[in-house]
Amino acid sequence: MAELTFREAIAAGIAQEMERDPMVYFIGEDVGAAGGVFKATVGLFERFGPDRVRDTPISEQAIIGAAMGAAMTGLRPIAEIMFSDFLATCWDMIANQVAKTRYMTDGQVSIPLVIRTANGGGTRFGAQHSQSLENWAMAVPGLKVVAPSTPADAKGLLAAAIRDPDPVIFFEQKSLYGVKGEVPDGEHVERLGEAKVRRDGKDCTIVALAAMVPKAMQAAEQLAADGIQATVVDVRSLVPLDTRTILREVVKTGRLFTVEENPRLCGWGAELASIVADECFDDLDGPIVRITTPHVPLPAADILEDAAMPSVERITRTVRGSMR
Amino acid sequence: MSTRVEKPPAAEIDRPTRLQLYQLMVELRDFEQRAYELFLENLVRGTSHLALGQEAISAGYAVAMRADDYTFCTYRGHGHTLARGASMAAAMAELLGRGNGMLHGKGGSMHLTDVRHGAMGSYAIVGAHLPIAAGAAWSAQVRKSGQVAVCFFGDGTTNIGAFHEALNLAVIWKLPVVFVCENNQYMEYTPIRSVTAVEHPAADRASAYGLEPILVDGNDADVMYERARQTIDMARNGGGPSLVEALTYRHGGHSRADPAKYRPDAEVREWLSRDPVTRYRERLLAAGIGEAEVNEIETRAQQKVDAATEEARNGAPATVDAIERQVWSDGGAAWRN
Ligand SMILES: Cc1ncc(C[n+]2csc(CCOP(=O)(O)OP(=O)(O)O)c2C)c(N)n1
Ligand SMILES: [Mg+2]
Repeated sequence: MAELTFREAIAAGIAQEMERDPMVYFIGEDVGAAGGVFKATVGLFERFGPDRVRDTPISEQAIIGAAMGAAMTGLRPIAEIMFSDFLATCWDMIANQVAKTRYMTDGQVSIPLVIRTANGGGTRFGAQHSQSLENWAMAVPGLKVVAPSTPADAKGLLAAAIRDPDPVIFFEQKSLYGVKGEVPDGEHVERLGEAKVRRDGKDCTIVALAAMVPKAMQAAEQLAADGIQATVVDVRSLVPLDTRTILREVVKTGRLFTVEENPRLCGWGAELASIVADECFDDLDGPIVRITTPHVPLPAADILEDAAMPSVERITRTVRGSMR
Repeated sequence: MSTRVEKPPAAEIDRPTRLQLYQLMVELRDFEQRAYELFLENLVRGTSHLALGQEAISAGYAVAMRADDYTFCTYRGHGHTLARGASMAAAMAELLGRGNGMLHGKGGSMHLTDVRHGAMGSYAIVGAHLPIAAGAAWSAQVRKSGQVAVCFFGDGTTNIGAFHEALNLAVIWKLPVVFVCENNQYMEYTPIRSVTAVEHPAADRASAYGLEPILVDGNDADVMYERARQTIDMARNGGGPSLVEALTYRHGGHSRADPAKYRPDAEVREWLSRDPVTRYRERLLAAGIGEAEVNEIETRAQQKVDAATEEARNGAPATVDAIERQVWSDGGAAWRN
């Protein structure tokens, strides 16, 4: 085991897969010699050269379009979109082209493509560089959607995404880039579509994604001091979604809380609430409660941004209030 | 602007190639005509965008392409797909929504694709396939496969961002891709000149990307074939991309619902007199090819379209098991366990 930051684990995941498969190419803005604006791809350019690690112009449609055309014809490209908010500039490529072409051709075309993007708030960048929008991707049939919460998963899930034969949108939470954690030595590959129980408790289940997982974990510690034992489930992959693990934990505890960084409407927790209500209604001992950012664009000032996003304090207070 | 339309090539194109060009154009013409008739019979549902009048472009390029080269085209893509050798019956059946359709009913008229023949898809969001074609060319380049991607699109497409992003990328990466703008003078209903900053929507933009402005008569199969050879050879030999503007005209409306009343009669008459098929027929006869041989090509094309129509009509309707098939590479559509 080595201790890596989340951003180092990203670079390690890409390096592992580029080493293993010569068809893996990596493109994006400032990803080459600069090592990415978040320094999540440092060293790759030096190691794999300018052909396999390529800087692109500021052309998000061309980045995704080119990656798709290459994926259709034998490469396994990784394309970086600097901030997830910029996905809006190439959403046609993602939602209409990448996601639908296999289906429309009834399987003539495969698109083994990973789109990596820095997602979410906590950096005081303001509304156009901060949104957590994994729910956009989740709403499009044909896209797999992954968002790791630890350095180990950053590497292992990214490796799995690169090996996956289908398009994967890989969300890297900006607020996690500096977080350190143990990453297994040697080849490390996780499986897409498996949620992980991070903490066991008998009283309620808190389901969280990406940067909300460490917050949910801290909240669970505080709740324990109050005598509430919470299970924390890390979703890890929204599509495919491991409903089996989540339903099992909800049945065990009788309560479900979701912690979502996304703005309120149509967040992944709403889909989860619907599934739980459908399939284990009788096992519930109380209402399903969603803890989300309000339905607003994120404000810039630290005090406003912190108050808008789910905090440890808000999670603790909400769960405690609802469990009373 | 100094951009000029090219004259037909002085160099002779050999006889078998010319017969091949004519045969292909006649087949594409007859297919589109039949598609229109089937629409009038209410057998073709949804929409369809015919390329009647634009056959010289698809034929010229397809004949010049290597079997493993890539074609990317638009919703007006029946001709481009068939020209690569895709099955006419499967295309017709797809228009009719049959289970024996090229995409088993899941794509329809606007998305004909036959990857085995290098027909990499028909794309219906204006401009989207230009970056995708560049990507296929990038893949060919790094795989050193020698393949070239040819990407067809309309005049209206030159005003969307993806056009410009793709051209810039193709030039800086020196990609083996040929961008062919079929300037049929109109977007859907609006004349291109009324919404474009330059007279020639593609050719006049070429210099912005360091490319040669190329403006050709898209209704002349010889011109198209020669230009196709030149641009494809250049791409294959590492010379990078080209942008070709081919002047043409669609004989009918934009899509099946459009009677095209917005076009002046004199303009329509003028362009019909430059019909690429009848014009090429005359040229073949003038070059000493016997009328019997030309008639024979036409008869065979009719028979081919008849047989394809028959096969398509006899196909069973698409089956509902297709709905939840092939979202993913495992063949299914599951998003949860
Ligand atoms: C991005 C986008 N905007 C608008 C449309 C609707 N639309 C379909 S075809 C078309 C006209 C395109 O004109 P052109 O590029 O000249 O191609 P042509 O149809 O003449 O072959 C329009 C506006 C679309 N499909 N995609
Ligand atoms: Mg047009």
